[in-house]
Amino acid sequence: MIASMKPTDTRNPDHYHRVVDCQWGCPAHTDIPEYIRLIANGQYTESYLLNRKSNIFPGILGRTCDRPCEPVCRRVRLDGEPVAICRLKRVASDLRDDIRPYLPEIPTEKNGKRIACIGAGCASLTVANDLLPLGYEVTIFEKLAKPGGLMWTNIPEFRLPAQVLWEEIDYILDMGVDLRLNHPIDSLAALLEEDYDAVFIGSGAPKGKELNLPGRWDSKQIHIGIEWLESVRFGHIDECGDRVLVIGVGNTAMDCCRTAQRLGASDVKVMARKTKPYFKASPWELEDAIEEQVEILENHSPSRFIIEDGKVKGMVFDLVSWHPCENGRLKAEVHDTKVIEADEVILAIGQDTAFPWIERDIGIEFNNWDMPIVDKTTFMTSRDGVFMGGDAAWGPENIIWGVEHGHQAAISIHAYCHGESLTDRPPEGMNLISQKMGLHEWTYSNDYDEAQRAKMRHVDLQERFKRMDIEVEEGFDIEQTLKEVERCLNCDAQTHFEANLCIECDACIDICPLDCLTITHNGPEEDLTQRLTAPLLNYPEEPLFISEELPQTGRIMVKDEDLCIHCGLCAERCPTAAWDMRKSDLLIPYAGLAAGELHPGMSIMDLAGAPAAVGESELAEAGAVR
Amino acid sequence: MSHIKKPRIHHPALTRNRLGLTRRDYEGTMSTLCAGCGHDSITAAIIEAFWELEIEPHRVAKTSGIGCSGKTPTYFLQEAHGFNGVHGRMPSITTGAHAANRELLCIGVSGDGDSLSIGMGQFAHVVRRNVDMLYIIENNGVYGLTKGQFSASADVGSTAKRGQVNREHPIDSVLLALNLGAGFVARSFSGDKEQLVPILKAGLRHRGFALIDIISPCVTFNDHHGSTKSYQYTRDNYNQLVYADFVPPAHEIAATYDEGDVRTVKLHDGSSIRFRKVPGNYDPTDRDAVYGYIRERQRAGEVATGLLYVEEAGGVGEESDFHGLQGTVEEPLVDYPFAELCPGAEKLERLQERFR
Repeated sequence: MIASMKPTDTRNPDHYHRVVDCQWGCPAHTDIPEYIRLIANGQYTESYLLNRKSNIFPGILGRTCDRPCEPVCRRVRLDGEPVAICRLKRVASDLRDDIRPYLPEIPTEKNGKRIACIGAGCASLTVANDLLPLGYEVTIFEKLAKPGGLMWTNIPEFRLPAQVLWEEIDYILDMGVDLRLNHPIDSLAALLEEDYDAVFIGSGAPKGKELNLPGRWDSKQIHIGIEWLESVRFGHIDECGDRVLVIGVGNTAMDCCRTAQRLGASDVKVMARKTKPYFKASPWELEDAIEEQVEILENHSPSRFIIEDGKVKGMVFDLVSWHPCENGRLKAEVHDTKVIEADEVILAIGQDTAFPWIERDIGIEFNNWDMPIVDKTTFMTSRDGVFMGGDAAWGPENIIWGVEHGHQAAISIHAYCHGESLTDRPPEGMNLISQKMGLHEWTYSNDYDEAQRAKMRHVDLQERFKRMDIEVEEGFDIEQTLKEVERCLNCDAQTHFEANLCIECDACIDICPLDCLTITHNGPEEDLTQRLTAPLLNYPEEPLFISEELPQTGRIMVKDEDLCIHCGLCAERCPTAAWDMRKSDLLIPYAGLAAGELHPGMSIMDLAGAPAAVGESELAEAGAVR
Repeated sequence: MSHIKKPRIHHPALTRNRLGLTRRDYEGTMSTLCAGCGHDSITAAIIEAFWELEIEPHRVAKTSGIGCSGKTPTYFLQEAHGFNGVHGRMPSITTGAHAANRELLCIGVSGDGDSLSIGMGQFAHVVRRNVDMLYIIENNGVYGLTKGQFSASADVGSTAKRGQVNREHPIDSVLLALNLGAGFVARSFSGDKEQLVPILKAGLRHRGFALIDIISPCVTFNDHHGSTKSYQYTRDNYNQLVYADFVPPAHEIAATYDEGDVRTVKLHDGSSIRFRKVPGNYDPTDRDAVYGYIRERQRAGEVATGLLYVEEAGGVGEESDFHGLQGTVEEPLVDYPFAELCPGAEKLERLQERFR
């Protein structure tokens, strides 16, 4: 006989963590439902601090995050549109009070350990943020005249105002970073000679990809996208030609075409080799560019530049169509060629890491693609004491990944400096606390709100082109915010089930609006999954809950977590409290802080992280550790 | 009672019946009964049965009396006609509705108190008259609405929540209905929808009076040790005597078991009930034998459940249901022109003249 399905171990933090799709999807595991509830409550400062705990840069990310949380949001599976998680983060940031009093205290007496970070981008800044409160001395070497890395050089000011950027970077620098600007590292070997206990490489992926077509080197009006954006940011470039071609359709291309328009270009075309489904840009960045009347041309494959007297006149493109070939990849078929006139061309077809400054004989191994080999758990290279994270480690990602790499590297550096194991990672924990306030009252807003996603308001089309630093997105107003927070389903208010209390009255099954629940006999997976009240639509990506055997009949309770709206009606209709709504509070370890531990003296962060439950029904199940 | 309404959003794969309705379209308002009440499970089973039979809600008349059971019809078929009547008088009201409009599908929901105490006389006579209705008794052995006194269906020796022992003999609605000539008699359990839904469907399709007595535990006053109507007791002493499948008209029977174990009984509308796994000598169409068998199982301490007795559809001849017995007109009264229904004072005078 094939084995029946095993009961779900809800003491393992992973099960309930997976139910909170957004938090599970966020690389830094930001406690999204809780920060949205704090916003709903008007507690913007607490919401900001809760964000900062995991993602360090709520103001920056509230504008620029790649939002891995949103496509996985349960609302997508219910009404097609995710909660505007990212823009709600911006609300918390915009409306917060001064948070400096609530930043961790930096010990005046240092622990004697000195850390060098290369590159002042999001990963290095996170390492500094995590290590400085523990008494480390952190030096950051930055080759440019300003810190921030790509957050500064590559995100135009109309998307990320400078003041927002500097404020959040300063929180960290003011913890006592020894910041060396205009200080490129030319030799890692030389740096390693110096007296540092560990080195963190967060140098990003600063090399734009080349497009070596005929004519590439014959004009100064052909630019590499990220270098061009950097020059604009530093004021070295403040104008551009009338007709601009941007090659590539990633997010950098979107920033390039929109920047070109603000520098006076009147005819900006984005040239794509493939069709829209293959565009790399995030859908919302595409939308914003299209709103600004940027033209995006599909199936145009660049073949050569047209240069006259050192001046760009245009480009020749192959007009192609794509067909699948045997190995499953798409193959281009050329139908025709086309000349498109232009005064300037910007290449935005990707970026690479570059390590000419890492000697190949100092114990750091490189792979076949000339990338250093970095351990995915410890973030250490093959040389002890040299760590790596952010885009430098495995190629371009986005800010939130850089932050998470920084957190993990900081944990490793802390362990390394104290002679502890790097591979035994500190475990996550989870608190489960009942949200019951009364017979039919919960701490959270449990009614399903049918409102559609709030639409971001943009500055008027004419107005926004007047200056480079006019932020296009205006942010949510209070009405929009109040509506949007109600769209959150509070997925962390978990439907917690105690099998031994169940009398199998069916009340929960009958009331569940989404038919999530089934009481049936256990069986092998392929059989049991066919016998549920409603068909499984996203299994096993979205987990099942399998209970222990029920006391009266030996059957089991099965819950499909996929579409549960956490309305709590199962718990309200349960006569024995076998179902209860319990908030799962994921406890994440950071460098020097075990899961759930806080830096001394951080009372407001206590508040922000604490569950909102009150009254005598507090049922803390603390310390459930993986 | 919940502060929120059950949200309208539903599972995307929820199927529609031939009328284009989902199961959710057959719901009523949110229940205000106690959490875990057996009555709510019965409501869910009724919703399922109506949806599966693809019955248009506006063709249904739902009636009830007083008690927790009296609230039940509010919770299903929002668009059906409904009447919440006086205590124990649901049978009269249903009889009236059915007499006036024989095309209405009548479902009456009553309780052990409503039917076996104050409404006992009404119950007896609606069985005798063979009104074409599905009569549900939500049987929990207590007066839940008045805080848990023993009802007339409480077993001798069973205890109340505070420990008092019942010494009065119970009235068994199933045995009573068999005695009074009911053509369709079933007992089921709110906690077993697999059994209950097919019986409800058969009951709705049966022409004439159909009784389903459903053990429906009262979680608040009668779900304790010592109760004989609790979830635990019912499950411990449950005997699914007969398994009955409802087969709509013109459906091929896909037999998955030996034909020898199956007994098919035809209903008036061409649908049929297939009995399977019936004990060797059990004949669900033999009234006396069924009566004896149920008594025997009761003495053995079992709760015999299933579609226990059904009268096979007769041949051509005089109908034995209410309208047949009364010799009424074929059409619903609502279809008659007003002048015919109410011919005026002159005709009344003439009629009265005949008796002078």
